[in-house]
Amino acid sequence: MGSVDKRQGALARREKRLAYLLLLPTFLLVFSIVLFPLIANFWISVKPVTLSDLRPPTLVVKERLRGNLTNASDNVKIEYRFRNSSVKYPLSSASFSDSLPLGIEVTRLDPACSLTGDGIILRCDLGDLEPKARGKIRIEVASADNFSGSKEIFRASEPQLEFTSYNILTSFDFTFANFSKIFSAAEFWDVLKVSIYYTVFGTAGALIVGLFAAQIMKRSFPGRSLVRGLLLFPYVAPVIAVAFSWVVLFDPFSGIVNAMLIQTNITDNPINFFGQRSIVVDFFGFSFGLPLALTMVIIFEIWRYFPLAFLFILARMQSIPSDIYEAAEIDGATPLQQFWFLSMPFIAGILAILFLLRFIWTFNKFDDIFLLTGGNAGTRTLTVSVYEQAFAISNLGAGAAVAVVIFVLLLIFAIIFIRFAPKDTTQ
Amino acid sequence: MKIWMHGIFGAILAGSLWTCFWQIIVTTILVISTGAAISIQTGPSVLAGATLGLIAILLRAKRCMSHHFLGCTTMAAFLWAFSLATPFDPSGLLPDWQSWVSLLIVAVLSWFCFTSVLKNISPTVQNRYVSEQFYLRLFWGLGLVIFILIVIAPFYVMVMTSLKSQQSLLANPLDLSINMDAGVTVLFRSYIELFTEYNFGLLLMNSSLVSVSTVLITLLFSIPGAYAVAKLQFPGRNLLSGSVLLIYLIPAIILVIPLYAVFSQLGLRNSLIGLCMVYPATTIPVALYMFQGYFAGLPSELDDAGLMDGLTRWQIILKIAVPLSKPAIASVALYVFMIAWNEFLFAFMFLDDIKLFTLSRGIVSLNSSEVPREHLMAGAVIATIPVLLLFLWFEKFLVAGLTSGSVKG
Repeated sequence: MGSVDKRQGALARREKRLAYLLLLPTFLLVFSIVLFPLIANFWISVKPVTLSDLRPPTLVVKERLRGNLTNASDNVKIEYRFRNSSVKYPLSSASFSDSLPLGIEVTRLDPACSLTGDGIILRCDLGDLEPKARGKIRIEVASADNFSGSKEIFRASEPQLEFTSYNILTSFDFTFANFSKIFSAAEFWDVLKVSIYYTVFGTAGALIVGLFAAQIMKRSFPGRSLVRGLLLFPYVAPVIAVAFSWVVLFDPFSGIVNAMLIQTNITDNPINFFGQRSIVVDFFGFSFGLPLALTMVIIFEIWRYFPLAFLFILARMQSIPSDIYEAAEIDGATPLQQFWFLSMPFIAGILAILFLLRFIWTFNKFDDIFLLTGGNAGTRTLTVSVYEQAFAISNLGAGAAVAVVIFVLLLIFAIIFIRFAPKDTTQ
Repeated sequence: MKIWMHGIFGAILAGSLWTCFWQIIVTTILVISTGAAISIQTGPSVLAGATLGLIAILLRAKRCMSHHFLGCTTMAAFLWAFSLATPFDPSGLLPDWQSWVSLLIVAVLSWFCFTSVLKNISPTVQNRYVSEQFYLRLFWGLGLVIFILIVIAPFYVMVMTSLKSQQSLLANPLDLSINMDAGVTVLFRSYIELFTEYNFGLLLMNSSLVSVSTVLITLLFSIPGAYAVAKLQFPGRNLLSGSVLLIYLIPAIILVIPLYAVFSQLGLRNSLIGLCMVYPATTIPVALYMFQGYFAGLPSELDDAGLMDGLTRWQIILKIAVPLSKPAIASVALYVFMIAWNEFLFAFMFLDDIKLFTLSRGIVSLNSSEVPREHLMAGAVIATIPVLLLFLWFEKFLVAGLTSGSVKG
């Protein structure tokens, strides 16, 4: 019996090894593109990194020749101009070496330089270079009898550079300035508020509209599958196309909506839907300020994502056994009662899951707002703020700090939600 | 007595709502297809609709040919009379025949819509069941038409704007009629210029290249991985199948700064290869999740039979699992293609070189005051058509795959 166990053990081991092998490529890719950057983001958020730091400091050496080499024993000056490309960080133990053409004699050498390899390799030590440091090294050479060439032959060999540079990304300099900067900015709390407003209303709106759409599409009618495909268009089409067509549709000057509103005398002047922070609305005598641009991006969000909610809710409703509706019908339940007391309990689970997923994705949404308003007119959410900080103000560290805030908020939300959400017991 | 449960109230409501609705729709269509400055006359249509609703319910109109004929003509006559003989434009901007045709269309559509809602309603107080049914029917129809319209409107504007010129757009934004007089080359001028001057052929190539590579890499990585999770025993299996979707919830905006930093230093940033690494990494977890569910549904007797016949696990994946899961592969491939094709954030952040632009990246650069709006919209149409065609072609696969597997924001 022992040998059978052993053989099974060997089989199991082989299966285990195969499984890991099959999963390895996926793991490597996901680790390097998703998990590693996730950790790296925390790292960057506590470092004083700007966009320009991504180009690491480097030594620049340019070679220049003065004089002619047409006759034997002509003298030529070679000038090497070097500089530290960085304005912030020093270079240490910088040096370069260049190979001289054959048949050249060095007549004067800079003290920093030396000749090696039978006198054809020139090596110059520049020591440590301060930020922005620059300088020149001159040597003089004369052509010996057997030299046959032109000035071009000098340029044919590029100087080989050696230096140790400072890379802020891999160093151990830390700072909390990024976090203190974003939290102390007056704008931050507005941005957070806009984010939450956008997420809550965008998510709830998409779910409610999706629920209505599912109710409508539940009934069968001629052309239903065509209409179902049509209703998914906003979700399927590229965000770039639909966002810009909304911008064109609501354009204050050439947009059809404004032209329509003016034509029908609802408004006298064109409304800049995506560019106006707030508008005063008169509603049966009550007038209140409406954050116009924000409301518009929320409506766009609802328009674009209700199809997803609709699709899932419809799929769930179609899986409800029809005999319970027949029983309810016999008992005299009205359509609304049937919806509340029969359909709702069945779709509560999928609604909860959809709410969780849509909430997270809406909170993470960047493209839509960025394309519609660029984050202006009171529509700047945390995600747009990441972009603003990192790429518009070029402060990568501050951008990463905002991204950390996003991540932590999402984590808190997910934990709260998972604890209190209704469980989908029917699945 | 609750007034809303009374049949007469319902009939008046249905008549006025539907007539007003069609009046608005038909007028809007008239305006954008002719460019004429006409106004929407809701008042007369509400009045006419309410009157007809009342007549229909009191005279118990039946849904037969003669009643329909009578109803439609009466409706048209009332619409004409209540609007003081100018059903659409008081200023007489439209040719007569257009007014008459539009009037008839409004009358016929309204009549059919509200009488079909009224089918089992009598002019007395209805019980709760019947009246709820009635209101659901009424709002079902209205809702359906409104849903279709709000979904189509931006796409319609996109296509029509791409066929106009900047001057005519500014001169009369409402005029979305197609001017066929100048010939096809003038009509499609924006598209021709995009391909000749803005390199859109190259952008299409780049987008296709990146999307197809993403699909292939995703399939290549996720199918073996999903097979392992579904069919093989190994420690950490449950953890993996439970947590693979969590990766999907990590927002791209958090990844973009580190990836930008690292890719810049590795020289991968401004390259299509960089995109071909990032896109699959975001799609593989979902693909793996969807395939794993599908593979788990395949009977494991098949694998055992394969093993008995001396196939290796690799051969089982290739010769048994893959051929049996063609529908799942089709839906995942399509889904991943759409994600890669539509992706904006990474393409926008990473690509600087105009020769490497994908469509998304290229269209953003058209959004400036120097480029006319119709070019932007033509670009949007070019980016939309391939995905929509693919989607319509494979809609069934995609819907099944989406609802069984996962969802994507």
